Amino acid sequence: MANTKELQDLTTQVRRDILRMVHKVNSGHPGGSLGCAEFLVALYNEIMDRKDGFDMDGLNEDLFFLSNGHISPVFYSVLAHAGYFPVEELNTFRLIDSRLQGHPTTHEGLPGVRIASGSLGQGMSVALGAAQAKKLNGDKSLVYTLHGDGELQEGQNWEAIMYASAKKVDNLICTIDLNGQQIDGSTDTVLPMGSIEAKFVAFDWEVITIEKGNDIDAILKGMAEAKALTGKGKPVCVLLKTVMGNGVDFMMYTHAWHGKAPSDEQLENALAQNPATLGDY
Amino acid sequence: MKTYTYTEKKDTRSGFGAGLAELGRTNPNVVALCADLIGSLKMDEFIKENPERFFQIGIAEANMMGIAAGLTIGGKIPFTGTFANFSTGRVYDQIRQSIAYSDKNVKICASHAGLTLGEDGATHQILEDIGLMKMLPGMTVINTCDYNQTKAATIAIAEYEGPVYLRFGRPSVPIFTPADQKFEIGKAVQLTEGADVTIVATGHLVWEALEASKALYEKGITAEVINIHTIKPLDAKAIIDSVTKTGCIVTAEEHNILGGLGESVARVLATNKPAPQEFVGTKDTFGESGTPAQLMDKYGLNAEAIIKACETVIKRK
Repeated sequence: MANTKELQDLTTQVRRDILRMVHKVNSGHPGGSLGCAEFLVALYNEIMDRKDGFDMDGLNEDLFFLSNGHISPVFYSVLAHAGYFPVEELNTFRLIDSRLQGHPTTHEGLPGVRIASGSLGQGMSVALGAAQAKKLNGDKSLVYTLHGDGELQEGQNWEAIMYASAKKVDNLICTIDLNGQQIDGSTDTVLPMGSIEAKFVAFDWEVITIEKGNDIDAILKGMAEAKALTGKGKPVCVLLKTVMGNGVDFMMYTHAWHGKAPSDEQLENALAQNPATLGDY
Repeated sequence: MKTYTYTEKKDTRSGFGAGLAELGRTNPNVVALCADLIGSLKMDEFIKENPERFFQIGIAEANMMGIAAGLTIGGKIPFTGTFANFSTGRVYDQIRQSIAYSDKNVKICASHAGLTLGEDGATHQILEDIGLMKMLPGMTVINTCDYNQTKAATIAIAEYEGPVYLRFGRPSVPIFTPADQKFEIGKAVQLTEGADVTIVATGHLVWEALEASKALYEKGITAEVINIHTIKPLDAKAIIDSVTKTGCIVTAEEHNILGGLGESVARVLATNKPAPQEFVGTKDTFGESGTPAQLMDKYGLNAEAIIKACETVIKRK
């Protein structure tokens, strides 16, 4: 079991990876990636019960599906540090002939990725299928997902949310990255969604809110509570309140870095705020 | 000339239902999903025998395609069932990203394809689905012609690893293929031999092509009728070999001539064996309400239209 300091150090390194990856190709989505760094580091290194190696079926291990595929930089960095593929391969992000496509895919055979995502709103349905397959297989492990809050504007999510409770898919923990931002602005200016918590409750889900979504201890505590609610007949939703662009002062609290890479000087500034902990790739 | 007869008519969707029921008994990994059209898809028998392997999704086709993709992760072989329109156009992006691009072993089974859906009208009569599906990299596209072939195809696609679109329909049509046929994906079936014209047909138009060949024979024209049940991958060799002999071709399908079988055949011929071709299909139009027979007549999807197309194409040689 890793301690908080180790997870924090890994998060800082993941943050450096994200910044360097998007800077190198002058494209990608740093904001949401930075905001979810603590969560994905904690998920892959502490929360999920994973097997060594990778196979597509993922029998008898916890599975994770990234629905908001544009935060691929954080996903790739966390997968690499978790041992699915060499960390040096992060150097190929978004380059021709790379397994690290702009949005995650199974198509290039990258270990750790079980579904393509990027076109939003599809991940929860896929997770439901994987969760129901686990039940058919007598497999007691869990399925985790991550979704953007803006992504909930896609209608397919609500088909999935309705189905999950109706069919008692209780081996599923869906986390919503509640950063309040999307590409065109804040979610409240683009399309106000009201209370997301009330909506999930109305759809008969268990809902856990993690107020400090960029705090490792708070994430571990909240996810332990979420896990304790599984297996009781209801799907579980975690509302993870994060700050988009977390850890880089000029990227925080704005949608401006949703899909924009830093300049050379901005990268230098951002990296200075996150000194290397495990060594750069 | 070899002639075909039939003693019984049945809907192709019932062939799907029978094939699925058999898979339920023989392949424990096969699971079925439906979006509130169990009766229309003839899935009752599978469901009765394997309730734990059936997923009623409700009227939510996008969710159904995603769940099907997810079920493959865990080793299941999902068969989704709804109308062709809701199996393709409504969920194109879900199929594209979560199934085709993700290379998931999902069998998209689509009933009520084309005009023969009948009275419900154009909202439900998709004539673009073959085009939509054949454009997806890695997608296999099958359109069967009768009950026996649909049953055989349903069973065969469970053994094939990869995404498949299986298209069938609602009306009762003659059963003329053998009950014990071996269904080979991508392998054309030559039904008659002829020297004057090749007729390549798919789905409900295969029987019409046989009827046309009989009438043409009486006029002294021999037609080689080929049943193309698999539009992708297309059996290019069978088409090229036949056209090498006959020198011209008619394609026939219950689908828009834009994007359908005819265009795939034209590409094969243009790059290998250029030859005059006539297209029997709908001419870039939506359908309308009516009985299946009325609609097939009005939109020129019958033996008579195939005969005319053959006579025209032979003159162009």
